Amino acid sequence: MRHTIAALVEDKPGVLARVAGLFRRRGFNIESLAVGVTEKEGISRMTIVVSGDDRTIEQVTKQLNKLIDVVKVSDVSANSVDRELALIKVSASPQNRAEIIEIANIFRARIVDVARDSMIIEVTGDEDKIGAFIDLMRQYGIKEVARTGKIAMQRGARSLE
Amino acid sequence: MRGADAIVKALEMEGVKHIFGIPGGAIIEVYDALFDSGIKHILTRHEQAAVHAADGYARATGRVGVAFATSGPGATNTVTGIATAYMDSSPVVVMTGQVARALIGNDAFQEADITGITMPVTKHNYLVTDESEIPRIVREAFHIAGTGRPGPVLIDLPKDVTTAEIEFDYPEKVNLPGYKPKYSGHPRQIKRAAELIMKAERPVILAGGGVILSNASEELTKLAESIPAYVATSLMGKGAISETHPLSLGFVGMHGAKYANYAVQESDLIIAVGIRFSDRTTGRVSDFAPDARIIQIDIDPAEIGKNVGVEIPIVGDAKLILGELIRHINYRRRKEWEERIEGWKRDYPLRFRDDGGLKPQYIIQKIWETQPDAIVTTEVGQNQMWAAQYFKVKRPRQFITSGGLGTMGFGFPAAMGVKTAFPEKQVVDIAGDGSFLMNIQELATCVDFGINVRVMVLNNMFLGMVRQWQELFYDERYSATCLKCKEMSFEKIAEGFGAVGMTVEKPSEVEDALKEAFEIDAPVVIDFRVDRLENVYPMVPAGAALHEIIDEEV
Ligand SMILES: Cc1ncc(C[n+]2csc(CCOP(=O)(O)OP(=O)(O)O)c2C)c(N)n1
Ligand SMILES: [Mg+2]
Repeated sequence: MRHTIAALVEDKPGVLARVAGLFRRRGFNIESLAVGVTEKEGISRMTIVVSGDDRTIEQVTKQLNKLIDVVKVSDVSANSVDRELALIKVSASPQNRAEIIEIANIFRARIVDVARDSMIIEVTGDEDKIGAFIDLMRQYGIKEVARTGKIAMQRGARSLE
Repeated sequence: MRGADAIVKALEMEGVKHIFGIPGGAIIEVYDALFDSGIKHILTRHEQAAVHAADGYARATGRVGVAFATSGPGATNTVTGIATAYMDSSPVVVMTGQVARALIGNDAFQEADITGITMPVTKHNYLVTDESEIPRIVREAFHIAGTGRPGPVLIDLPKDVTTAEIEFDYPEKVNLPGYKPKYSGHPRQIKRAAELIMKAERPVILAGGGVILSNASEELTKLAESIPAYVATSLMGKGAISETHPLSLGFVGMHGAKYANYAVQESDLIIAVGIRFSDRTTGRVSDFAPDARIIQIDIDPAEIGKNVGVEIPIVGDAKLILGELIRHINYRRRKEWEERIEGWKRDYPLRFRDDGGLKPQYIIQKIWETQPDAIVTTEVGQNQMWAAQYFKVKRPRQFITSGGLGTMGFGFPAAMGVKTAFPEKQVVDIAGDGSFLMNIQELATCVDFGINVRVMVLNNMFLGMVRQWQELFYDERYSATCLKCKEMSFEKIAEGFGAVGMTVEKPSEVEDALKEAFEIDAPVVIDFRVDRLENVYPMVPAGAALHEIIDEEV
């Protein structure tokens, strides 16, 4: 089972190394990891996608909580909104450019750069949507993909603090 | 004042009385500040030993032990010591010198990334990048090391941080939003635990090192008496209840007594207190105590259910939780269960073959008879297991051993730390010949500082525990375990360092030698030339269940 874990961490040097080191040492597998600052000064939020049975996930959460720089840990897999952002550079000739743009529109993706025979498309959404979009782009020739890793937030009024 | 002065001042504020360490270029400024301080520095002869000494000091006193080392090799030499303290949750603060901030990352002379290296073996660590943070960081380090589930904390001090000028402002409180250990147990869980205990017909208490760390042995003993229930401990839990108490089963696991292992295996309820169910304690975990429901009390939520399934978890401090739990217990004797356990105790006592040879078990019995109140440290291997079996520990913090990491070379410097804390007490390192050699240089420290520990070398001229496995499981193929050292004399080595050495070859000499050794006003090493092929029994072979314990014919 895959789980999405959100962690609020103190913005201190080495905190990413501590979290990454913990996963490696305890044999937990990180599928994706996204880090960014929050509305609170000095606090960052990490979103970690990890796979494992319930016992593994429980250990992940508890071990993360033990890190001094980690302030709060929560499993946000259920009842949450999750998003990823991807930049995709596809080959695009004058002949198929319109077709690509049409598909991008259906996915509410945006063209952010156009060159003579390629363009960069920005797409956001959950993993499935991005996966589906990338699949559709394959036929035109994907030159490069950059993905952010998942971020997630639980629905409703409650917040992580 | 200089950063270095601030460090020493902060250590004084924390009530530090002793520091173990070795100076060097990167930490020279701190040593300069230390020169004017009332804190006593003990110059060890290896940084690993400095950390083990600080660790032994901490385990014996319950206070945070402190060690210093310089950058690079000094710092890397501390790693085994730190990992040893980490595995046994011992509160130690290690301060290392570091190259100047501008040089960090340049592979400068004697630069080592010690915060990176020790990340997985410290509870927390710091690289001080701003001298004004020294007071806060020292304050936090001591707080983190000594509270909750204790553990080692390292502070890495770039040289220019120690020379810079700062205002000294020592924070009264720590502010660590990510660190809030939970002490009191959930009242409902405690009630449920009490109900389960009262229903149980075959209860056993399993006590671990957490009971010692929490200073909860009085409460634990009271709980045992008020149920009443027998108590087995882990190796780290020795002393949680006096091993002379009628309800004590000694320690359980790979080399625990048969009756302890049988009692745990046959129990219908285990009350686990501050014990982490390591593989050495549980045997094959899938067959561990198959009928038992488990109540687990631990301050570290991550230990709950980590290795075995738990029915009632209670997170918090053992002392508080046990104090509360006792109030809900009604005394009820379980005659049938008592009789079974007493029967096992009668039928399967700890024993060894008495064939006239010099037996290590006999030596430990005699040490115990001569000095039952001594604080004992051990090395690792057969010596450790015999010490655990035959030295009947009466109080917490009396038996100090490297349980989690199993570090050869721990016992002697740890004994040095213990003796520094309690100069008036007898402190004995029960050693193996192989282990003693791993930190034997500390004889110089002992002589230098008048730290009169007694090292009892059970000299079998083997890496005995490994040899035992080779005998039992590898067709006696003794690959690299024979320490052919007949010519080597620990007596002469001790004398070479200025300590007192003795050699004992016959059982009849043991008692007199011990009596003499305990009266000498100097560090003493006794080289006991024991029966070389003696094995530790009983034994649960690796991968077997606790009840599949084997014994030898005597
Ligand atoms: C630092 C270290 N290296 C290796 C080992 C593996 N090991 C475990 S017991 C043992 C033998 C110890 O020999 P000795 O100190 O003579 O004790 P004995 O078993 O003979 O009593 C060894 C090598 C260890 N535990 N620690
Ligand atoms: Mg030996």
